[in-house]
Parts: sequence; C-alpha cells; structure tokens
Amino acid sequence: MSTIIDPRERPIGYLPEGADINRNIAMRRLRGKIWQALFFSSLVIGLLALGTLLYTIIDDSFGYIAVQTRRDPEELADRPLEELSKEELIEILRANISAGLFRRFDRDEPFSERSKESVLQLIEERVIGREVVAAFKLTESLLERERIEATVRERFPRAELEFHSWINREFLTRPMSSVPILAGVGNAILGSLWVIAITMLLAIPIGVLGGVYLEEYASDTWYYRLIETNINNLAGVPSIIYGLLGLAVFVRALEPITSGAAFGVTDSNGRTILSAGLTMALLVLPLMIINAREAIRAVPQSIRQASYGLGATKWQTVWHHVLPNALPGILTGTILSMSRAMGETAPLIVVGASTFIVFYPDSVFDKFTVIPIQIYNWTSQPGAQFRSIAAAAIIVLLVTLLLLNATAILLRNRFKRSY
Amino acid sequence: MEQKAHVSIEQAATIPAGAVNLRGRRRFGERMIEIIVFICGAISIFTTTAIVVVLFQEAWLFFGSPEVDLIEFFGTTRWQPETGRFGIWPLMTSTLLTSIIALMVAVPLGLGAAIYLSEYASPTARGYLKPILEVLAGVPTVVYGYFALTFVTPVILQGLLGRENVEIYNMLSAGLTMGIMILPLMASMSEDALSAVPRSLREGSYGLGATRLETSVRVVVPAALSGILAAVIVSMSRAVGETMIVALAAGAGPRFTFNPLQAAETMTGHIARISGGDISYASIQYTSIFAIALVLFFMTLLLNLLSGWVVRRFREVYE
Repeated sequence: MSTIIDPRERPIGYLPEGADINRNIAMRRLRGKIWQALFFSSLVIGLLALGTLLYTIIDDSFGYIAVQTRRDPEELADRPLEELSKEELIEILRANISAGLFRRFDRDEPFSERSKESVLQLIEERVIGREVVAAFKLTESLLERERIEATVRERFPRAELEFHSWINREFLTRPMSSVPILAGVGNAILGSLWVIAITMLLAIPIGVLGGVYLEEYASDTWYYRLIETNINNLAGVPSIIYGLLGLAVFVRALEPITSGAAFGVTDSNGRTILSAGLTMALLVLPLMIINAREAIRAVPQSIRQASYGLGATKWQTVWHHVLPNALPGILTGTILSMSRAMGETAPLIVVGASTFIVFYPDSVFDKFTVIPIQIYNWTSQPGAQFRSIAAAAIIVLLVTLLLLNATAILLRNRFKRSY
Repeated sequence: MEQKAHVSIEQAATIPAGAVNLRGRRRFGERMIEIIVFICGAISIFTTTAIVVVLFQEAWLFFGSPEVDLIEFFGTTRWQPETGRFGIWPLMTSTLLTSIIALMVAVPLGLGAAIYLSEYASPTARGYLKPILEVLAGVPTVVYGYFALTFVTPVILQGLLGRENVEIYNMLSAGLTMGIMILPLMASMSEDALSAVPRSLREGSYGLGATRLETSVRVVVPAALSGILAAVIVSMSRAVGETMIVALAAGAGPRFTFNPLQAAETMTGHIARISGGDISYASIQYTSIFAIALVLFFMTLLLNLLSGWVVRRFREVYE
C-alpha cells in the first residue's frame, strides 16, 4: 500500500500506483466536472443577462397607469371627438382655452393649415388634459393589484386606474411630445428610414465595388496592402469618431450642400438627414467591404476560368458570374450593415440629431431624429413614464432588428450553394 | 470592328493563320470600370485621412489657444472647460476604470463560454447556444445603456450594496453592463481561435491519458493563446470606444476618482454630452472634444495594431 503523496512533493516522473491511481483519477474527474459546470455557467450568465434585459423592457412597457382628466371628453360634444369635423374641433378649442393661447397656436401654425389630427391633439393636450399621475410596472400590476389600487385611491382620489400598453398604434404613428403618454416614435421611425435609405444607397454600391477591387482587380502592390490594412483598422475605430468626422466634414465644411442651401432650401443648417446618412455610410463601409470580399472569395475559381475560357472580359466575368454567385453573401452582409446602422446612436448625437422635433421629415434637408436617439433621450429623462416609452421604443427597435436578421438568415439558407 | 469578332466556327476554320489579331484589344469601358472599382476601394483611405486631418486640425486649434498647453492637458487632473482647466486625466481614468471592469466580466465569462462551446458542447447544443450569443451581440448599445440605468444600478447594485452607498450614475454599473455587451465578441473570437487548433493535438493529449479539462486548459488554450490575447485586446478597444452605455449610466461631469461606485464621465461620454448640446463652432469646448477624440483615436488604433501584432508574433502554425 502506497501512501498518498502531496502533489507538490511528487518527484519528476512520478507515477501513481495502487490505490493512489484510483484516488488520482477520481480527483481529476471531479475537477473536470466542476470546471465543465463553470464553463457552462458562463454561457448561462450570458443567457440570463439576455433574459433579464428582455424582462426589464417588457416589464416597463406594460402596466397600470392612474389617469386624471381636467375635463371629461363627453362634456365637450355629444359625439366622440374623432367623428367631429375640423371646424367643430377648432370651435371646441376656442371655447375652452384662453384667447391669447388660441392666438399663439394660430401664429405657430395657422388653424386653416393644420390637419384635423393636430387640432385633436391640441384639444387632448390643452382641454381634456389627460394626465397620467402614476405608472406601474407589469410585474406589480399583475401581482399586487390591491396595493396599487390602495395607493392610487389614497394619493389621487380622482384618478382612474387602467391597464395600458405603452406600445400601441398611436405610439407608432404620433410624433414626439413632452407629455409621455402623448408621445410617439412616428417621426423617429420615418427619420430612421430616411437615414438608412441614404446610407445604403451609398454604402451598397461603393462597398460591393470596393470588395470587387480587392478580390478581383488588385494585385499584390503596396497600395493594395495599404487599403487592406486600412479597412481592417477602420472597422475598429470607435463610432463616435465617425460622428466627429461627420460634424466637421458634412455638417460644417459641406454645409452649403448638406443643408440644401445650394439647392434653394433656406431654412436649415447642416444638421440634416443627408449629413447623418453620409456619416453612417462611411461608418458601415468597412463592414460592407469586408462582407462583400468574403462573399466574392467564396465563389470558386473554376467559374471565373470557365467565363474567361469563353472569351469574356474581366468585367463581364465579374458582372455576369462572380457577383450573381456572391449575391446571397452580399445580401446577408448588407442586412447586417443595415442593422448596425439602425441601432447606432453615438455618431448621430454628434452629427446633431434633434431630440425634439414634432414634424415628419419629408426631404433629405430636414432636421431629423431616429429611434435610438429617442431611446437615449427618454432614458436620460427622469420619471417612470419616460422609462416606459423608452422601453416601448426599444421594443420597436428590437423587433425591427430581429426581422432584419431573420431575413438575413433566411436568405443565407435559401440561396446557400455548395460547389 | 465589332462585326469582325463574330466569326462562326466554319469561317474560323478557313481563316488563314495570321489574319486574326489575337492581341487583346484596348477596351475603354473595361479600363473605366477598373478605375471606378479602384476608387471605391480607395475611399477607405479617404475616410482615414479625413479622420486624421479633421482631428489634428481642430486639436491644433485647441492646443494653440492661450488657455491650454500640452503639459496641462496631460499633466493635470481637472477638466473644467468653464474655468479653463483642461487636464484629461479625470476623463482618462474613468474610461480605463469602466473598461477594466468590463474586461473583468467579459474575459473570464467569454473564455469560459468559448471553451464550453468548442470543447464540450455537442454540435446540436452549439447550434442552439451560439445564436443566443449572436442575439446578445446584435442588441444596440443604447439598449444596454437603458438596461444599466433601469436594472443594473437600482436593482442589482443598490439592492446588494445599499442605496446610500451607490450613486445613481456610477462607473461600476456602466462597466458591468459593458462587460455583458462585450462578452459575445470575446466568446466568438476565442472560439474561433480554439476551433482552429488541430484535432491531432487533442488526440495526442487524450492518448497520454489526459482528461477533457486537462486537454482543454493545458493543450488547446495554450495553442490558441495568440487568438485569445487578440480577442482580449480587441475587447479592450471596443470598451474604450463604447459611448452609449457610459453616456447613460456612468454620469455627466468629469470627476477624478478611482471609486467605481461614484459617477464620473468618460472620454466618449463627454464628447457625446458636449456635442449633443448647443455649442458654437468657435468655442474652445468645440475644439476640446476633437482633442479628446484624437487621444481616443490613438488609444484604439494602438490597441488594434497591437492585436494584429500579437496574432502574427505568437501564432502557432500547424501543418
């Protein structure tokens, strides 16, 4: 019977014998089990973080709200307000707010030019004065209904408790407002679409052709290596630095173009959709090029050889054979770049996104806001209700990104070819 | 000219040798396309040059103004543009502190997840687990900022350490959340490195009687060390340049402190806050953010170059 030797005192080349072997093996297996559990738990922590993140967002975007109104809408008219004509609505507004305030609204934007929805919104804000005095999270709304009812009765006797989904149809279509319950992401969604459209219009052709250059045309020269290293390094530059580039180049130096002054637009500065789109295009370009290169490289050499063998020129080969074969990969890369541009916030803050605009953008020379900017803005405001609309806006953003990525995966699987 | 190119096979057979010019024609269109394609590739050079020129130009104006000098910028610990004090250290220390906290979360967890995925998980399990990490990587950083501010700080930190000990904005919360954000990057880069280690090394280790753990930790991880180190450096670079999480959760206002439970603005957070407000292009505050960005640019550039060098220098090549 050999005795167990302390591992630190084992001589070099020592081999366990007898019972020591079993003991040694059992220990090593146990250690293996423990570490396997530890490795697995790092994945579980990632999973938990994702779960908690989603839970927090959902918890904030649904729940009871206590609503107090100054006037009951049924007192104002015998029919629901939505059914009234614009003129009737204006009359109601005139009768219920001070003459000075009415004139001020008329000066801001003449009533004759306002839409019915905008008048209705004014009535809701100024006359009915629906005010949310307290908001509760989903978990407490479901589990502690009695306590919430008691709290509301005690603190706001006139208020009514109702279950509210902060994400709803009005939220998706309304513009920004300083009152959380009346605010929406309508113009932010539109702003995001405008910015993405400009970004992609520039980044797709330049990115793909850049990829074509590096994979098909370039020979191994010093400037090829320079471009290659440069693209890889650009992908690692913090996004906020692209914002400063956009601020200095597009917003300031190219202001006549980006503000539209050169095209006869007079009422704007360089902080426009166009500047934002151009900045974002520079930001996603390295990503686009890297993805396009990978897709092009995956096209087998034999296809090119066959095309050359039939007498095609280089561009004919690229255009008719290489690019169509690389298309699924390029599309996937495009969608990934798009979702990157969609969620990017920091550069747009620097380029000068407006956090408070109430109109809908209708040209590239308009001021803009995008969904992530609204999330940033609402998250940084104090108050539970702003948290709730921030959470609702996050749901909008995440669902959009999820759809985009699902499309990318579908495309990848649908058109996957093996050679 | 174009007509001549179309020669049928019968005709071609009868054409005497030397009548057809086999030398490549000069094609104007092809040449144009070559130039266009080159320009598209070279636009990236324009971007880099523009970044460097813009940052240097504005930073030159900043350092040229009478209120600032380089010694003050790199040698003092107060950043108060209102009173003309421009010492970058408070912004630098909070940037480094939040990044180090993030790495302390992301490196062990990311490496653990990578080892599990590459050495332990069955292909089916990997098929389910990897997409989760990809989803985590796809979440925009502003959403993580919201998460830090509405969950990590009030529920976890103030819940564990007490409401009075933790400020609403603090570096620990920003750092921890940033760690979760970087985890997928760290995990996927390390997993690539681990999977690239040839199977024969593992078989050899098993053949000598090593357990799975011993094989992973003593054979596979050392063999993939260059890739793992590169992953750590790239994660660091990502953490240093991250903006939205720190802008929302780390605090607004530079403060020279090493206490992670206090609020302190980072370099990126400061740039975002100052440029988000209404600043005049002529003010020293405007040029100061470019000076900060220049320092930031060189920090990340250095880290990126370092990661490339580590991969080249320490790569083990197996044939």
